[in-house]
Parts: sequence; C-alpha cells; structure tokens
Amino acid sequence: MYEQLPALMILVPFTAAPVCVVFRHALASWVIALAASLFSLFAAWQVLEHVRTVGIIRYKVGGWAAPSGIEYYIDTLNASVLLLVSGISCIVLVYAYRSVIKQVPLAKHYLFYTAWLMCMSGLLGIVITGDAFNVFVFLEVSSLATYMLISMGSDRRALTASFRYLIMGSVGASFILIGIGFLYAATGTLNMIDISERIPNSESQRAVLVAFSFICIGVMIKAAIFPLHAWLANAYTYAPVAVTAFLAGTATKVSLYVLLRFFFSIFGYEYSFGQLLLNGVLLPAAVAGFILMSLVAVYQTDLRRMLAYSSVAQLGYIVAGISLASQAGLTAGIVHILNHALVKSALFMAVGCIIYQVGHAHRPSFDDLFKRMPFTCIAFIIAGLGLIGVPLTVGFISKFALIEASMDRGWWLIAALILVSSLMAVVYIGRVVEVMLFRQSRTSTPEVSGMSEAPLSMLAPMYLLIVIGLYFGINGDATLSLAGEAAEQLLGGF
Amino acid sequence: MEKIAGLYSYWVVVVLMMAGLYIMIARYNLVKKIIGLGLFQTSIFYLYITMGKVSGGTAPILVHGDVQPVFSNPVPHVLILTAIVVGVATSAVALALIVRIYEEFGSIEADEIAIIEAQEPEA
Repeated sequence: MYEQLPALMILVPFTAAPVCVVFRHALASWVIALAASLFSLFAAWQVLEHVRTVGIIRYKVGGWAAPSGIEYYIDTLNASVLLLVSGISCIVLVYAYRSVIKQVPLAKHYLFYTAWLMCMSGLLGIVITGDAFNVFVFLEVSSLATYMLISMGSDRRALTASFRYLIMGSVGASFILIGIGFLYAATGTLNMIDISERIPNSESQRAVLVAFSFICIGVMIKAAIFPLHAWLANAYTYAPVAVTAFLAGTATKVSLYVLLRFFFSIFGYEYSFGQLLLNGVLLPAAVAGFILMSLVAVYQTDLRRMLAYSSVAQLGYIVAGISLASQAGLTAGIVHILNHALVKSALFMAVGCIIYQVGHAHRPSFDDLFKRMPFTCIAFIIAGLGLIGVPLTVGFISKFALIEASMDRGWWLIAALILVSSLMAVVYIGRVVEVMLFRQSRTSTPEVSGMSEAPLSMLAPMYLLIVIGLYFGINGDATLSLAGEAAEQLLGGF
Repeated sequence: MEKIAGLYSYWVVVVLMMAGLYIMIARYNLVKKIIGLGLFQTSIFYLYITMGKVSGGTAPILVHGDVQPVFSNPVPHVLILTAIVVGVATSAVALALIVRIYEEFGSIEADEIAIIEAQEPEA
C-alpha cells in the first residue's frame, strides 16, 4: 500500500470522478471530491517526505520497467508541486461549496465536481510522470476538464472565454505533441531519462532542435507566458470564481513545471541555455510581461480581470528567475511558483467572497465595503501585500531572492525593472484598498450599513491560505531550502 | 528531387498542418475553426504514423524460424490511437460549447459575437 502511493495519488481522484456522475447529487459529489483531494494531499505529503529523506522515487506503473513501461519519476521539484496542487485543491474545494451554490445551477453541481476531480488528477499526472507522451495525455485530461469548468461561469461570456481557451490550449498541446514526436524520432524512446541520455548522441540533431522549438512554444501557450497569454484574462474573469482560485494556483504553475522539466532535465541546461540561448527568448518575454501586464492591471476596473493580468505579470517574475539559469535564479523562480500560488489563490478567494455578497467585482461601484465585509477586506489586504512583496509576506521572500539572483549575474536593469513592476502592483492593489477602506456609501441607507460577511466555510479556507502564506513569509528558509534542493537537482540533470 | 519525392509523406503533413492553422486563424465561423483544429491534429497523427514506417516493413508479428521479418515500429501507432481519442474528445467539447454559444448569443460567427460582447457591461 505504502509504496503504491504515487499511483494511488492519481488513481483515487481519477476513479472518484465517474463515481460523482453515478451519484448525481451535489452534496455527495462534493464530499467525494473533497475526500479524494484529501487523500491526494496525504499521498503527496508522504511522497515529499520520502523524497527528502530517502531519495528520488522511480515508480514502475504496472510493474513494467522503464524503457517499455511508463515510469513515475519523483524528485524534490515535482513532489513539492504535487503537494501544492493537491493542497490548493483541498482548500479551494472547501471554499467552493458555498460559492458554487450561488454561481452554478444546482443540477450541474455533480458535473462541476466531476470536472474538478478530472482537472486535478490531470494536473497531478502531468507533474508526476516520467514519460514524455504521458505528459501530453494528462495535459489533455486536465485541459478538457478545465474548458468544462470555465464554461460553467454564470456570465455568458464564460462560454466564449472557454472556447477561446480551447482553441489556444489545443494548439499548445498539439505543439507539445509534435515536439514529443520529433524527440521520439530522434532518440527512439519516450522515457524522459532515456531521452535526456540519448539527445547528445542522436544522429538527427535537427529533429531535436525542431522538437525543442515546438515544445517551447507549446508550453509557453499553456503557461500563459507574456505574448501568448491572450486566453487567460477572459477565462479567469468569467469562470466560476472558485475555479479561478484553483486554476490561478495550479494550472499555469504546472505548465511552468513542464517547462522546467523539459528544458533542464530532458534537453539539459547546457543544450537549452548554453547552446540555444533560450534565455534570449524567455528573458525579454518575462520582462515585457511583468512590466506591461502590471501596467494593464492598473487600468482594470473588474477585480478578477485585474488579478488575471497581475497573474501574467507574476508569471513573468518566475520565468525571469528561470531564465537567469543559475542556482540562485532557479531557486527564486521555484519559490515564486509556490508563493505566488498561495497569494493569488487567496486573492481570488477574497474577490469570490465579495462577489458572493455584493454580486459583482466592479471596483468603481463598491461602497462601504470595509464596514460590510471587514474579514474579507483584511484578507484581501494581507494577500495584496504579499503580491506586492512587503516584508514578512511570501512575496518578499521570492522577490528578494529574485533580485539577489539577478544582481549576482550583474543584471542591474532586470533588478530595477522588477522593482518598477512591484511599484505598479502597489498602485493596482492600492486602488482597490482605497475603495475598500474609504469609499462611503452614497445612498447612506441604514440597512446597507450592517455587516454582511461571507459565510464561514468561505472565510476559513481563505484565512488558512493567508496563514500559510504568513508562515512561509516569516519562515522563508523552509521554502527556500526546498526550492534550492529542487534547483540543484534540476541543474544536475537526471 | 529526392528531397521532394522521397519525403512526400512529410510534405503532406506540412501542407495539412498549415491549412489547419490557417483555417483556425482566418475563419470567424466557430465550426470552421473546429474543422481547422481537426485538420491540424490529423496532420500530427499522420506525422507519427509516417515516422513509424520502415520501408519494406510488415506488421510486427513474431514468426517461428530463425529469420525475423523487418517490421514497422508499432509504438507510434499505439501513441496516436491515444491522440485520436483525445482529438475526438476535444472536438466533442468544442462542439458542445458552440451549441451553448449559439443558444446564448444567437450566432456562431466570432466577429458578430465580439460585437455583442462589446456592448455588454463590464462583468
């Protein structure tokens, strides 16, 4: 049982999904989804413990050994991403129960939780697998479920947002499929470790190069890295807000994991950054991303859209860290993957609470928000400070590491631009906070002035994320050492 | 000449792929976009199958005797079976979405929908 945890982690939510359809009952499927997520969280925790104390896990699916069978390869990096995905899923599921009741018709609830479980198991599968083709299969499992989740938004524009994402996402996944095909042609294997060993001696270096380019573009689309982010804004804005909170913390982060795995472990640091100068592509995209998208976020009036653009900007920081391609830069990037997931999920949950009570997230039409929803506002402010990167929050830990890493490389301009972008974050978070705290009610009718806070089942998971965020903000060494270990393993190849 | 005639299979892949991409980008009709996507994905199936073909190879079946026949690589076929299923599922989800979009907006032309969306108040 114990050594089967890597497989069960995927299998339990995956088989729980059709069980939800059998029950066709909203509460039952929510309980099933939560139980399955909790199991995955437990399994991910155990796996991470094992990886950190004993060493890398190579799990043979079905007992078939690596070259012919599919292998699950787990090191510190994917063990921590597994923990992140299953953890965020658990927390947001608790939150989702009340939020979804308001935003999705009751008859569709069981389908909602089915799609949620499929999405989560797909994401976990992408992260855990050591087989290149398996990545594509799980990618499509999670993507199809994501399209479904997004289209359940109450606004009809959710449908077009989902369709747009479907087109972009399918093209991205197909590009990855083409890339994997060329890798197979060049090396004759699909196992990631085998591929990485055979690439340097492959006779068809051109096929490897083509594979590299296709995978690069495909992953950039799926991860919404700056010029290829067009699908993200509408998808995050119109999806049910619980879905947005879940996706913002997991989906793009998992795609970034795929990027790390392919470029560092499979193609190898030397090939990607030494020979092909990948940072020449990634760094300008990252810098343009965090400057321009922060600027765009300043001008948004809808909180969800503002946070969506801010997500693209924050992804820019992560990619900047990765493209520094040093131990310090990679550590900063990986830490920011974890930290940003915590912060952005918490922020979207706070916006969800506002939508739950006020009915919209249109900043200019808020009034008396702090009087009506003090706990939500405090949560938003704390998480917002984390997004900006104020000391004692997680954002500070990762931004400090990132700036330090870019100074190590002597890239002062990058460090300065990161600060400029952080100042823009002060502006867009500040505008919301200002409205929250100081905008008085214009109608001043007595009945609005009473407190109407979101239900406890929504506040509690949100505050759990905030507390986790504060803990890792104060005790930054915990995540930094984890990320440092992961970065070391990545730079060392398989 | 060798480059063109000998690799004609790959040329078919390239033409199909570009045609699919072009339809997806240039057509406003959502169903046509999905046709383009289907074409694009089909070209990838074709790429994989072509890769697995060994000239003069037969089906990979073990035979009795010392001389084993040359056979084509069966792995790409198996992989593409999975990818075909994924492609069918994607088209199904996309078409279902188009039905819902038609119910809500009364149109399946991307440009007309964009006009309707622009008139709606911000979220």
